[in-house]
Order: sequence, then C-alpha cells, then structure tokens
Amino acid sequence: MSARVLVGVKRVIDYAVKIRVKPDHTGVVTDGVKHSMNPFCEIAVEEAVKLKEKKLVKEVVAVSCGPQQAQGKEIDLQIISNKRMTVGFILQETIRTALAMGADRGIHVEVSGKDYETLGPLQVSKILAALAKKEEANLIILGKQAIDDDCNQTGQMTAALLDWPQGTFASEVTMDRDMLKVVREIDGGLETIKIKMPAVLTADLRLNTPRYATLPNIMKAKKKKITTVKPGDLGVDVSSRLEVLNVEEPPQRLAGVKVETVDDLVGKLKEAGKI
Amino acid sequence: MSNPMRGEVVRLYKTLLFLGREYPKGADYFKDRLRGAFAKNRDVKDPEKIKELISRGEFVVKELEALYYLRKYRALKKRYYDIDE
Repeated sequence: MSARVLVGVKRVIDYAVKIRVKPDHTGVVTDGVKHSMNPFCEIAVEEAVKLKEKKLVKEVVAVSCGPQQAQGKEIDLQIISNKRMTVGFILQETIRTALAMGADRGIHVEVSGKDYETLGPLQVSKILAALAKKEEANLIILGKQAIDDDCNQTGQMTAALLDWPQGTFASEVTMDRDMLKVVREIDGGLETIKIKMPAVLTADLRLNTPRYATLPNIMKAKKKKITTVKPGDLGVDVSSRLEVLNVEEPPQRLAGVKVETVDDLVGKLKEAGKI
Repeated sequence: MSNPMRGEVVRLYKTLLFLGREYPKGADYFKDRLRGAFAKNRDVKDPEKIKELISRGEFVVKELEALYYLRKYRALKKRYYDIDE
C-alpha cells in the first residue's frame, strides 16, 4: 500500500510528424517541430495511475530529463514566425501531461546544452537509479523504448544498475503485495513471470489504453509540484562516450511498374530474378 | 446571457476546441466546423433541447479521443509490430 512508483517520461518528436534529417547529417531537425510524450511512456504513466486507482500504490512520480527551456534565441525567432508550440517550458509540458493523466508530482532533471544532445539510455538509467534510491521508490515503470532513438535499453540498464528484477515488454501486470505477475510479449508468444518488488517494468504497446489528458486536467495539473534537480545533485555523471558519426534518411522507395499482361508480368519477374 | 447552462456549453466548446488542435485535417478546419455547429443552435432556448445537444457534444468528445488513440495505436503497430515482408 505504501509503494511509490517512479515513471520515466520522454519528450520526443510527435509520432505523426515527418522526420527530416539535418543537411549536415548530424541529427534530425527538431526546431519548430511538434513534440509530445513518447507513446510508450504514455502507456507507462497509465499503468502507474491505474495501480494508484486500485489503491495498490501510494504515489506516482513522473520523471523527465532535459533542458529547462528552449534557448533564448530560438524563442525570439519563433515568436516572430508565430510558431508558439515549442516556446517556453518545453520539457515541463511533458511532465505536466503526465500529471494531467494522474501522476501526483513531477521531477525535472535539468540537463542542458551539449549534455542533452548526447544524453543516452545509460545516462538516463543512472539518473533514474539514483532517483529511485533518493525517492525510495518500490517500482519503476518505463516505456519499453522511445520512438525517436528506438534504443530499448533504459529499463534494462536501470534494473541492472539497481540490481532489481525486471519485467520488460509487459502486456499485463498484476500486483499482489510485493509480488508482480508480469505477462511479457516475447517472440512468438507470451511469457508469464513472477518478480519481487522493488522492480523495473517496461510497457509494451498492448499493456493498456492511455487516457487522454483533458483540458481541465491539464489546468489542474498546473497546481501539482514539479521539483527540479541537477544530475550533479544526484551524483551522476552524464558525460557520454558515444559519438554520432552520421545520420542518414532511409532509402527512398522506388516507384513500381505497371504491366499490361500476365506475360509481361512473368517477363519482368524473371528479369528481376524473382522466379 | 442569462441561461444557467451557459457555463456548461462554454466548457464543452473549449474542450472541443482543445481537442481540435490535433484534428487530422487541421485545427482551422475543425474550428470552422465547430463554430458552425454551435452557431447553428445559438437560438435554442429549451433546456431539454440544450441538454440533448450537450450530450451530443460530449459524444463527439469521446469519439475524438478514441480516434486519436486509435490513430496513434495503429501507427505504432504498423511501425513496430506488423511483419509483412
């Protein structure tokens, strides 16, 4: 009953946006692009809130890492071009969404500039592990992966750093005191495991249906507390040993050909070496 | 102005406006239609009728939420789960 859940949420480029690679191939264009909460993180938040509604946990804390706000210069530019969506407290908006969905309070881990650009699963999991100890969390729920880098590593690494059991790719979770029964989505079927809390869970797509953060709830969420901490305060070094060499767009799909007759089709297929 | 249900109607309008920002055909498209739908019924005075219209609006809210969820779910399913090659 007194369990506390930590939920990691990541702010990513919205799933419906067409991603464009920067002309110098160092990354993707993020300025002036619509961002939202990673869909898998939404599922993680929903699961935590559901546990709270069933009175199985006491508190749900949403955590996110990122800069305080957009760089001053960008803000000016965007006000001029009247694109208001990414202006202001960008990251806090993602935490607010989690609060609007039902999380009790938020923690914003302030990582800015160069560190944010190279922030990867290892750095985030170190932060989460440190926070889990500091907040005395009994359960960490994360999305299984983010739709921007598709790493699928943060949950596993966090569990390893804390030496906690992990239930990854969860598609069903039942809590019985300090035991968790987790149904996992694995290749070709489902696997049911039983793990003891404290533990780390990562949410798969079919775990639940995330609720919509409604306007009144977003307004109410503004009254909930978001504390800001720095990785240094947690004793975490966020420097990265990875270097991005090149970012490429996926190959363009080639146009198809129309054939008039079956013979033509067979001919073309033979030409392509398919038959 | 004096209608006691005014608050409820305004709330519904705001909720729909907020939801419309994500509408697939664009926020402006949605806003025009939303305005039109509310303006069409501006002269309705009968409380029963207003109640009925509000519940219809709330139904649209539910439908939109479901639409957005399904759109996202399908996009993710297609990207990560459908093995069709």
